Amino acid sequence: MAKFNLFSEESNKAPLARFWRKFKSNHPALVGLWVFIAFAILAAAAPFIAPYGVNQQHSDALLIPPSWHEMGDVRFLLGTDDLGRDVLSRLMNGATYTFGLSVIAALITTVIGVLVGTFAGISRGLRSSFLNHLLDITLSIPSLLLAIIIIAILGPGLMNTVWAIILALLPQFIHSVRNLIVTELGKDYITAFKLDGASNWHILSRGIFPNIYEHIVVIFTMALSTAILDISALGFLKLGAQPPTTEWGAILAENLGLIYLAPWTVGLPGVLLFLAVLSTNLVGDGLRQVLKARKAD
Amino acid sequence: MQPLLKVQALSKSFNLRSGLFSRKRFEVLKDISFCLSQGETLAIIGETGSGKSTLAKLLAGADSADTGQILLDGNIIEDKGIRDQQCRHIRMIFQDSEASLNPGLTIGDMLDDCLQYNTSLDKQTRGEKITATLSKVGLLNDHQHYYPHMFSGGQLQRVALARALILDPKVVVLDEALSSLDPSVRAQTVNLLLKLQQDTGLSYILITHHLSLVRHISDQLVVLDHGEIVEYGKTEDIFQDPQSNVTQKLLSC
Repeated sequence: MAKFNLFSEESNKAPLARFWRKFKSNHPALVGLWVFIAFAILAAAAPFIAPYGVNQQHSDALLIPPSWHEMGDVRFLLGTDDLGRDVLSRLMNGATYTFGLSVIAALITTVIGVLVGTFAGISRGLRSSFLNHLLDITLSIPSLLLAIIIIAILGPGLMNTVWAIILALLPQFIHSVRNLIVTELGKDYITAFKLDGASNWHILSRGIFPNIYEHIVVIFTMALSTAILDISALGFLKLGAQPPTTEWGAILAENLGLIYLAPWTVGLPGVLLFLAVLSTNLVGDGLRQVLKARKAD
Repeated sequence: MQPLLKVQALSKSFNLRSGLFSRKRFEVLKDISFCLSQGETLAIIGETGSGKSTLAKLLAGADSADTGQILLDGNIIEDKGIRDQQCRHIRMIFQDSEASLNPGLTIGDMLDDCLQYNTSLDKQTRGEKITATLSKVGLLNDHQHYYPHMFSGGQLQRVALARALILDPKVVVLDEALSSLDPSVRAQTVNLLLKLQQDTGLSYILITHHLSLVRHISDQLVVLDHGEIVEYGKTEDIFQDPQSNVTQKLLSC
């Protein structure tokens, strides 16, 4: 491949297209995006592509190591646990709970957060400062602790965990969106837009949102990685998903007693969790870098 | 001749917080009055902090005055801070044209929004109008599909001018709009402005530090100092024979 362009190519691209081009040149972020998409597909299609049922027990094959081990069996690619359940199938289904539910929780947080944050951003005076200080107080509590407090009120369970995580992530989200909107509102082009006769709704939909949606995506990825960690931490602490639900944190907790006997039953869900959080953070970090680079030029 | 724009006793003050409970009133503009005829240019000069930009904002409607009136063609468009929201006959060009353009919209979309909010033209007429306005300021029709970041500084100034002109205004307020341009581009823009004035009878209100520019294009001159008009008259007269101390100092530097 030639390193120079013989013909200078005009880059008359929309902001979104430029965004994608810059993002593409950041390879770790791109790999992160592939892994992220793979997890998303897995979360949606796991029950159909998993080789065995989640709770299908093979009494002839207890604690079989992964297939590359000399004691392994090719029928069970990642081995089996102490009840003879296929680890691969369980982990694949776990993506639906840990990853899929986190995405849903983060999406719901985004919708509510953007609505309330917008309202907080355009309101002024006492109402706005009241909301702002209230959010400051909740921001001082870590989200996992906040989620545990909410679980203590709602009671343990997978769905309650999702609600708890949404509620725990919301203050941060609203705060960020509010700050974005307040910053944009102070800019010159909004004044000019007002002088063009734009109504409040036009200012929001045509003026502010086209310029902050990338920031919202970045905040979304941060919320998502927190959600994944929180959902599995609560599962591990037996406050969230209860066994035999195949949530990764719950699998970890269930098999913790087998760590010396069958390390793969503990290690593999841990690796997957690590990958899920890493890929989300890589994507988020890549997006943030592009945003920063765009501000600079 | 009936003046096009008449400004009567305009005042504006801000509340500054000086202590925990005490507030200080800071008068930015005191009793400003002047007239402007069609096809004329009025220049406003003054030191930094003399209230020039505030005056520009008041005229364009970005801010509202405390007292006083603004009349356009004999109709009151602002009276004691209540602005006629429908009036778009006074348009403003900002100091930093890049900051005043929405980075997320193409030029065509931005101009189209302008027309949509203020006129009842259909899509085709709007398109024709955008094309006509762009060619008026020396841009191509293809520039409609460009985003602000693709333009150079001089071109952005033209885009800002197109935005101001698309609603067929009577007065255009230029708030330091020419200061950030380099000399050749500034000369180009000035010539463009003068040509538009000849063709359509636009009036300009020019706010600047640039004295030779003031002498070149303005008919009348207002000298502001601490929110008050210290001198108001024909540009040439003031340049020849400045009366007040402030003007003498400003002109001598």
